[in-house]
Amino acid sequence: MAVIAEPVTKPVSRFHFFLDRREVLELFLVAPAIIYVLLLVGLPLLLAVYYSVSAYTIYDPTWKFVGLENFVDILQNPTFTKTLANTFIFTFGSQLLGLVLGKFGAFLLLQPFPGRKLVRALIVLPFVIPVALATIAWRWIFDSLYSVINWTMIALGFMDRADAPNWLGDPTLAMLCIIIINAWRFFPFAVVIFLAGITAVPQDVIDAATVDGAGFWRRNYQIILPMILPIMTIGLIFGIVFTFTDLSIVFLLTMGGPGGDTSVLGFAGFQTGIVSGDVSHGAAISLFMLPVLLVVVILMLRFIRRREI
Amino acid sequence: MPRTLSKLIGNTWFFLGVAFFVVLAAFPFYWMLITTFKTNSDLYNVANTPFWFNEWPTLEHLKYLFEETLFARWLWNSLVIGVCVVAITLVTAIPAGYALARMTSRKGEALGIGIFLTYLVPPTLLFLPLSRIIAELGLQNSMWSLVLVYPTFTIPFCSWLMMGFFKALPVEIEEAAVVDGCSLFGAFIKMAIPLSVPAILTVVIFTFTLTLQEFVYALTFVSSSDQKPITLGVTTDLVRGDVFFWGELMAGALIAAIPVAIAYNLFLDRFISGITGGAVK
Repeated sequence: MAVIAEPVTKPVSRFHFFLDRREVLELFLVAPAIIYVLLLVGLPLLLAVYYSVSAYTIYDPTWKFVGLENFVDILQNPTFTKTLANTFIFTFGSQLLGLVLGKFGAFLLLQPFPGRKLVRALIVLPFVIPVALATIAWRWIFDSLYSVINWTMIALGFMDRADAPNWLGDPTLAMLCIIIINAWRFFPFAVVIFLAGITAVPQDVIDAATVDGAGFWRRNYQIILPMILPIMTIGLIFGIVFTFTDLSIVFLLTMGGPGGDTSVLGFAGFQTGIVSGDVSHGAAISLFMLPVLLVVVILMLRFIRRREI
Repeated sequence: MPRTLSKLIGNTWFFLGVAFFVVLAAFPFYWMLITTFKTNSDLYNVANTPFWFNEWPTLEHLKYLFEETLFARWLWNSLVIGVCVVAITLVTAIPAGYALARMTSRKGEALGIGIFLTYLVPPTLLFLPLSRIIAELGLQNSMWSLVLVYPTFTIPFCSWLMMGFFKALPVEIEEAAVVDGCSLFGAFIKMAIPLSVPAILTVVIFTFTLTLQEFVYALTFVSSSDQKPITLGVTTDLVRGDVFFWGELMAGALIAAIPVAIAYNLFLDRFISGITGGAVK
């Protein structure tokens, strides 16, 4: 780009002269943010990698290098294998459920009807309030004795108080609960993403397809879906990353219970590294997130680039 | 006649669907609200209909929350943390967003994506090394540790948001200012910033709500009750051993959630266009 203005600038001081060179000014402006992020994201990330190959605990803070010993320890522990499996089930279960709910929600919100704005404001509530607070509310809803779900089902005659489910005490139900809460939290995000994508599809494209004889399903899956795929992909990256690394839902709802059946990577890393003070093993557990996150992000970025060309 | 009938049936299904989604999304909030104002004897009686008041509503939970717990202190802590983090984010993210938007080479784009990707590095990967860094700085168990750490996710996000905004701002405006004798830096301060007030406002609101939503770092770094931010205080301090103070818990959660819900709702579209960047064409 031609910078037409540069010859006119009159240097007042050395400092100003310096800042009047475009590249220098840009560097000067972007530097604080980059330094902050390098010091408090980049450096800790390297430190986490180093912890995972050392024998560091808060009781014995040595930097002794132990190679991959920590990873071997972890992989030999059957609880960890279960944690890893739980993390995948939790992530993909809740994303799938969230997407399905999101698609239907968006489909409904696409039609104009009185009060649509209010309905949208109510539907996005789960995504906008702090997840920790929402989880506490759900814990009360899934309470072993005063669960409103159980009360309703008993009142409707579907079950007896004696065999009412103990939502958070049963391994399968507890897993279902954390999946439901996370899907509940993310589906409004999916709704909004779908809506943003669909409203960005030019009407004349849809009209042209209709004129050419494309029916409802064909329009939906061969015209609209490919066009909203990039934005959906980005939404999905966020959903997967934030779910795969989540700690708060499990921490506040089940504490990994019953018997480690809802433990996920973030929670296990916290319990080992912070609560038990075994920093090196905790770091090793947390690092299991990294390859998955990298793969997801790289795949998605590539996929988006190919779409745009 | 059959036409109106089928339309009626279609409408019924449609509104049933809408009702389902509204109930699904909003029920937990209704539940917080009604639990906040119910007496304990009403709450803990399985024979009562839970959906409505069986006894007169009460303010005892709110009273307890403000008089017997550190709730007011947590609100104050969250406010202080939020304001400080907003300040740090503004002075770093606005210039960064501007520079990234004006960089003409591909380097700028790569740098922008790089900064944004750090937003995806999760707290659960960084909390162990960060707690060590915080201990070294003598900030352990203090809310100031959160002021230091929260910008690690607000800066990437807000730089990206500002970058998108500045890209849409015609560079000719600044060039005109430079022709009139303004320095390049002066053009940024005097022309670009005043024109970006709406985007800056969005950054302020988002930074603030992101700090209110954060839980993992707060849980890891702060354990004294009087240093906790609101989200952590409500969810961890109102549970004694195995006893949950449901009335107080729901009251606290509701009070903390309402401002975030309103602010976020107003700015949600900008948030979405921020994170999806150029994916919608």
